[in-house]
Amino acid sequence: MKELIRKLTSISSPSGREEQVRAVIKEEIASSVDEIYEDKLGNLIAVKHGGKTKVLLAAHMDEIGIIVTDIDEQGFLRFGNVGGINPQRLVGQRARFTNGTIGVFGVEKLEENEKLTLSKLYLDIGARSAEEARQKVMVGSVATYYHEFCDLGDRIVAKALDDRIGCAILIEALKRVTKPQNDLYCTFTVQEEVGLRGARTAAFGIEPDYGIAIDVTGTGDTPEAERLAIKLGHGAAIKVKDNSLITHPKVKDLLTGLAVKNKIPYQFEVLPFGGTDSGAIHLTKEGVPSGVISIPCRYLHTPSEMVDMNDVEAAVRLAVAVMETKLD
Amino acid sequence: MLLKELSELNGVSSREEAVRSYLRGRIQDKVESIYTDHLGNLLAVQGSKKPGPKIMLSAHMDEVGLMVVGIDSSGLLKIKPLGGIDERVLLAKRVVIGEQRIPGVIGAKPIHLQEKEEREKPVKLSALFVDIGARDQKEAEEMVQIGDVAAFDVKAEEFGDRLFKGKALDNRVGCAILLHLLEKEYAFPLYYAFTVQEEVGLRGATVAAYGINPDLALVFEGTSAGDLPTAKKHQQSTRLGRGPAITFMDRTVIVNQALLDRLVETANEAQIPFQWREATTGGTEAGAINLTRTGIIAGTLSVPCRYIHSPVSVLSLDDFENTVKLADAFLKSIERKGLPA
Repeated sequence: MKELIRKLTSISSPSGREEQVRAVIKEEIASSVDEIYEDKLGNLIAVKHGGKTKVLLAAHMDEIGIIVTDIDEQGFLRFGNVGGINPQRLVGQRARFTNGTIGVFGVEKLEENEKLTLSKLYLDIGARSAEEARQKVMVGSVATYYHEFCDLGDRIVAKALDDRIGCAILIEALKRVTKPQNDLYCTFTVQEEVGLRGARTAAFGIEPDYGIAIDVTGTGDTPEAERLAIKLGHGAAIKVKDNSLITHPKVKDLLTGLAVKNKIPYQFEVLPFGGTDSGAIHLTKEGVPSGVISIPCRYLHTPSEMVDMNDVEAAVRLAVAVMETKLD
Repeated sequence: MLLKELSELNGVSSREEAVRSYLRGRIQDKVESIYTDHLGNLLAVQGSKKPGPKIMLSAHMDEVGLMVVGIDSSGLLKIKPLGGIDERVLLAKRVVIGEQRIPGVIGAKPIHLQEKEEREKPVKLSALFVDIGARDQKEAEEMVQIGDVAAFDVKAEEFGDRLFKGKALDNRVGCAILLHLLEKEYAFPLYYAFTVQEEVGLRGATVAAYGINPDLALVFEGTSAGDLPTAKKHQQSTRLGRGPAITFMDRTVIVNQALLDRLVETANEAQIPFQWREATTGGTEAGAINLTRTGIIAGTLSVPCRYIHSPVSVLSLDDFENTVKLADAFLKSIERKGLPA
């Protein structure tokens, strides 16, 4: 599974431009599902039949990134953020465009105590002029962090584990499931990082009976961390609440019951910030009981996100258990 | 002149009646059907029986303005903004209130009576009031009601070299573009949406798109131009005279790549100048339309406007005309090549 994660995290596919990651996922799951299609926004929807109840399982394909807004005469690029990018973390980092072009983030001279904002940063792609830069990129071109996957043993580090790890878990669960008891709509969504957009249109079309997102969550287990009762390596996290969703009690009880029954390590997650695709799904049409299987992840939205493979395994088993349990 | 007439109509968000009835009068004989939905969107249809994709063209009728939220014992009115208004531009502006167009001026403490610190800071909205010439609360209450809206009282005119100034160019320029496109004939069904309440959260377009359910939507807007000496090049977003601005991404939408490619290809083929909207801030109805139902491909073409969301903004008539040309060429490209894919 680490090889799959390495493959998925090595792709640059920021929100709105998910073509490359979609192609890889499509190839991975094609032989494991009954039906596969894309909707107008680019969501990849894979269906596996098994019962009357429709369960939407969602993992978002997109990652945070930047988008070029200006190319100056010297060939330096200015950019806007695609999703939650912290300017403080960019200087010295590298970016990779969807066409493979690499750049380095630099910063203007700042006055003493001046706040670092995105408009003070630029991207240097090694071009000597605007003309040279335009041969590689244009206004509107998108890039993501450029950082390699590292295997640290039980734990792994990569960019875009948010939420390629969710994609990997959903792919693995689809491969492992043998007796699906529900109609599974495994949806790899677009544009989560800019406002849960793909999940909204996907859920409208699918009209599911249940919604379960698979996504990363923060932890409170690092030195002087914000107080948060989520720890790496302590199991899959069952979301209770975040800013977009209060998990439906039926779904929370379902996930908890399945974890206990199958001896899957789990922990509860109460996140005082953030949101996931389930936030959009549960408000669709007449409402959809929804919840989230979360994977604890350190250093979120940086080029070096870290997860524990034991938590990943627990999340896969929990997803498979949902798929193989007949729901009303 | 069409743009002058549109600019001088008042249609602060939720009170778009004057603009709606003007537009209805101009187009009702030229379209197959026309109706107003529950929120007040004016929707006109051409060629509904034609084969081919269903295209929605949208422009919002509303403008930013003020709402009366209180009447003081002295007869002065307390106000709150409808839509995003820079408080610092309000002082000493003339307004008209309600359907009766009651005249008023926005006042504040005069310079002679201000403390030194007060003179150094811009006046806050809470310290501003509208004076309608009433002697007391009772007299004011006979003239206006709480909930009435105030629009800026500004005459529009052409000036300089093909420039145009007036209020509410965001988005009467979009309405004017739709009126020009209505004169043309296309081989597929076209739905024209003149929408309400864009400035307070893309509200009209949300329900209009749900009802129309088009295959593709194009939104026409006035957008901010920052081509001023005080803004660095990478913070200007758009510039007057460089043609229609194409949005690739803003706070509400990331525009479909195939749609962007088609717009650029169309502009190049027809030799129509265009510029990118070089910013990712702000939002347009394309964001609301994009997320309607199972998703609708939507993009925005904008006419750059300086001093937008203030009592007077400035646009280039060449940009306006080139936006009509690019929209027309884009629609013709759909006749020839189908939807962008």
